[in-house]
Amino acid sequence: MHELSIISSVVENVIESLQKYPGARVTEVRLRVGALSAVIEDSLQFCYGIAIESTPLEGSRLTVNIVPVTVHCDACSAERPIESLQSFRCPDCGAPASDVRGGRELEIESIEIEEPEEVKP
Amino acid sequence: MTTRIVELRQGILKKNDELARGLRGRFEAAGVLVLNLVSSPGTGKTAFLERTLRELRQRGSRVAALVGDLETDNDAVRLAASGAPVRQINTHGICHLEAEMVSKHLEGWPGVELGGLEYLFIENVGNLVCPSSYDLGERIRVALLSVTEGEDKPLKYPTLFNSADAAVVTKMDIAEAVGFNRDAALKNIREIRPNIRIFETSARTGSGMDGWLEYLAQERASRQA
Repeated sequence: MHELSIISSVVENVIESLQKYPGARVTEVRLRVGALSAVIEDSLQFCYGIAIESTPLEGSRLTVNIVPVTVHCDACSAERPIESLQSFRCPDCGAPASDVRGGRELEIESIEIEEPEEVKP
Repeated sequence: MTTRIVELRQGILKKNDELARGLRGRFEAAGVLVLNLVSSPGTGKTAFLERTLRELRQRGSRVAALVGDLETDNDAVRLAASGAPVRQINTHGICHLEAEMVSKHLEGWPGVELGGLEYLFIENVGNLVCPSSYDLGERIRVALLSVTEGEDKPLKYPTLFNSADAAVVTKMDIAEAVGFNRDAALKNIREIRPNIRIFETSARTGSGMDGWLEYLAQERASRQA
């Protein structure tokens, strides 16, 4: 259950990037989470609701995009998605594949913000 | 109000990752091989590490260990019996170690200078899920599995086993008594992490320790070259 640590880092990073947008309010945070990152979306959502209280993120929505696990198959010289997390093999030729290329992501992709209209003097 | 999308594309754990990268650089410059030991609670990490520290010391190697636990310094006390310098990291409820905790505990460690060490072991909090996301600056991540845990554990926790550089099966001395299916266990580990080095050991009898210690020496030598 390290989702709370992960979400705390998300909130911290988002607040940091808000410094460039004074007065802005966050309406959505989009994450890219690899299927191999051992993070549960439900737990992320649960922790998010708690972590954003009394922050500029309060009231915002969390969107989690899951990135499939892909491996590089030496035999096929190609990157392929694996069929199950219980078998790291090329789905085409069946060769064991230890070179994981995707699926470990833990990234903040983007945020949606609302900014106050600029008041022209 | 105007709405806009701001692309961030940044790692959520970038602070930890940056700190870990810095640590890895320091470890490399100091010529110390750093290992991160990860397993469930009860696998026998501490017993295995205690034996490893003792045998390395008998061979004249300079070793030290950091040990992570939610509470208590029981493991540090056990490990210190090996004669090696050991420092406890209490996470106070956090289920994994982070690079910052390692960095903090390397400072002001009486009698321990990175440059004076050959091996530094970091025993993570007993947990097969959370430690996998946190880089500690280690060179080798070791996943441990005991013969009492069920041969399908690697399939249940693919993230951790897939991120490991070496696997250690512990408590081999009771394998027969508990009906351990060795072939299935090794096959499952390799299904998740093809080509991984696997060591079958017993901290009680010492079986398998020679191969493990030889691997450590080889890894250290290959980094020095």
